[in-house]
Amino acid sequence: MTSTNALLMAVTRRRFLASEWPWRGVVYTATTAVASGVVWLVLSCPLAPLVAALEVLRARPAGYMFVAAVLGLAGLGLFALVGPWLAVAVAGVERWRLRLAGDDDPAPSSWRGGGGLYTDPATWRAVAYLLLLAVVAPVWLGVLALAGLLVVSTPFAMNHAIAADSPVTLFWRTTLGLVLIPVVLYMAAAFGGAHAALARLLLCSEPDLAAAELVEVARSRARLADAFDAERRRIERDLHDVAQQRLVSLTMQLGLARHDMPIDSPGAAAVTSAHEQAKALMVELRDLIRGISPRTLRELGLRAAIEEVAAACAIRVRVDADPGRYSPTVEAVAFAAVSEALANAVKHAGAAGAAVTARRIGNTLVVQVRDDGQGGADPSRGSGLTGLADRAAAAGGRLLISSPVGGPTILRVELPCGS
Amino acid sequence: MRVVIAEDSVLLREGLVGLLSRFGFEVVAGVGDAAALVAAVGETEPDLVITDVRMPPGFTDEGLRAAIALRAATPGLPVVALSQYVQHSYAGELLASGQGRAIGYLLKDQVADVAEFAEKLRRVAGGGTVVDPEVVRQLMQRGRDPLGHLSPGEHEVLALVAEGHSNAAIARILVLTEAGVGKRIGNVLAKLNLPVSDDTNRRVLAVLAYLRGQE
Repeated sequence: MTSTNALLMAVTRRRFLASEWPWRGVVYTATTAVASGVVWLVLSCPLAPLVAALEVLRARPAGYMFVAAVLGLAGLGLFALVGPWLAVAVAGVERWRLRLAGDDDPAPSSWRGGGGLYTDPATWRAVAYLLLLAVVAPVWLGVLALAGLLVVSTPFAMNHAIAADSPVTLFWRTTLGLVLIPVVLYMAAAFGGAHAALARLLLCSEPDLAAAELVEVARSRARLADAFDAERRRIERDLHDVAQQRLVSLTMQLGLARHDMPIDSPGAAAVTSAHEQAKALMVELRDLIRGISPRTLRELGLRAAIEEVAAACAIRVRVDADPGRYSPTVEAVAFAAVSEALANAVKHAGAAGAAVTARRIGNTLVVQVRDDGQGGADPSRGSGLTGLADRAAAAGGRLLISSPVGGPTILRVELPCGS
Repeated sequence: MRVVIAEDSVLLREGLVGLLSRFGFEVVAGVGDAAALVAAVGETEPDLVITDVRMPPGFTDEGLRAAIALRAATPGLPVVALSQYVQHSYAGELLASGQGRAIGYLLKDQVADVAEFAEKLRRVAGGGTVVDPEVVRQLMQRGRDPLGHLSPGEHEVLALVAEGHSNAAIARILVLTEAGVGKRIGNVLAKLNLPVSDDTNRRVLAVLAYLRGQE
């Protein structure tokens, strides 16, 4: 990112004088004079003791070293107290004023937040800028003002020369006035442009491209996760609306056939078997659908869904969950974590009991599952935990697992859940 | 017995019509949404209404809400709600309507066992209450506090009561004496603070006390 602005670039163009830029340069420079004046007004407080100290040093009254030192320290102390605050305030105004110089890029403050005012390098860059505005700007402004004054006074000088019947003076004065008009405009624009470039350099943080890309990547991952969730819900709906209804109808027909067939007829055994298989399939399909997109979770929220899966679990599960709803993605990830952890507790850890907690701590949902099994869970084996960690990461959270051999296993998911 | 069926899946509706005819019910109307159900009941004045829970246009709980409205308009109208899963909203309200008499809430899985299903429909038409054990289990889960006071044995008995079984039937299923069953039910009623004076419908009230607590 360069610190060039449109005003500075306009100066080098051929049609500069016919454009709006000379006038914007004048406006920018004029407002610089105002800002500079205000800065001097405020700085006069700490400067007063310093000037007094210099005066004392010059006059050398009795004990002048001590008095000068006290005055000097008072002045410096006042500056240390006032300077950073003034610098921060001025920096805000200056960032806003950048637009006058045609610098329309976002001008983010370079303060990082956190940390103190005095420890942030951005503060001291702003103080440096403040001193430049207080010391250098008036010199430049003086030069410009002088040139401007010469231009403005040209008609009076001409009048004077005519009255004094001095054609040579008249010629030079007129020429000077005419030549100075574009010079003043060029100077104002160049000075304003350079000033604005300096202000951007010292007062604005460089947009961090890497950070911006990371945010974009995280967003795209979150979008992907959301898309997967939407797809899951669609599949659940299709299975429910089509497959489940047809299966119920089929099972019912088989039930009728079974009911009306004499038990000793040749087809009875086959029909009975088909009927039982269809019934088992109905249960399996319902469990499958529940796993894809748990309806309880969607309609009643995380606590109800956790209680449901805990009740259906083969081991004793204690649930302690806050009520309250979260975003669909957060709820889906949290619930998937609980389901996976409980399934692992039964299948792999040989646990007899487990405890699930779901708490909102600040802006984070913390879900933890602890079982009393034999531990030794390895996230690198099997895709369940890895997939879960990926989903948690895509939702901006993280998954932690502690599972020493001998147990217990603790699985913890932390997910951001907004304000 | 004259029956109105509301079920949006044509395949399943025709299947149900076949099943009911086979077991001696007379299907006077088969419709596909809640509005048509209300109209058909007004026209035909059936002895029993069977309705799907999730129907057009919203596919949420239209059938349940229509059933509640029908029961409000015609107190005592026997209604059986059929659902693919346990619908929590309005389920308690439906089961509590009309003192819990002549009401059923069954998961669709139940239609697979055709003869038992027909028998449950008859029980509801006769003024009984039949609630799918799965429905009871899930609805009870939401009211953890009263459940916490019941022992597993009492819980078991209550689930069977909710299904509409008599004391004798429960005794057979649990391999208990009838007196033992009576004692357990007595414990349940006591723990749920139900009035002892009401003897005709205490069993149903026991279930409803749960369900109402959850709304």
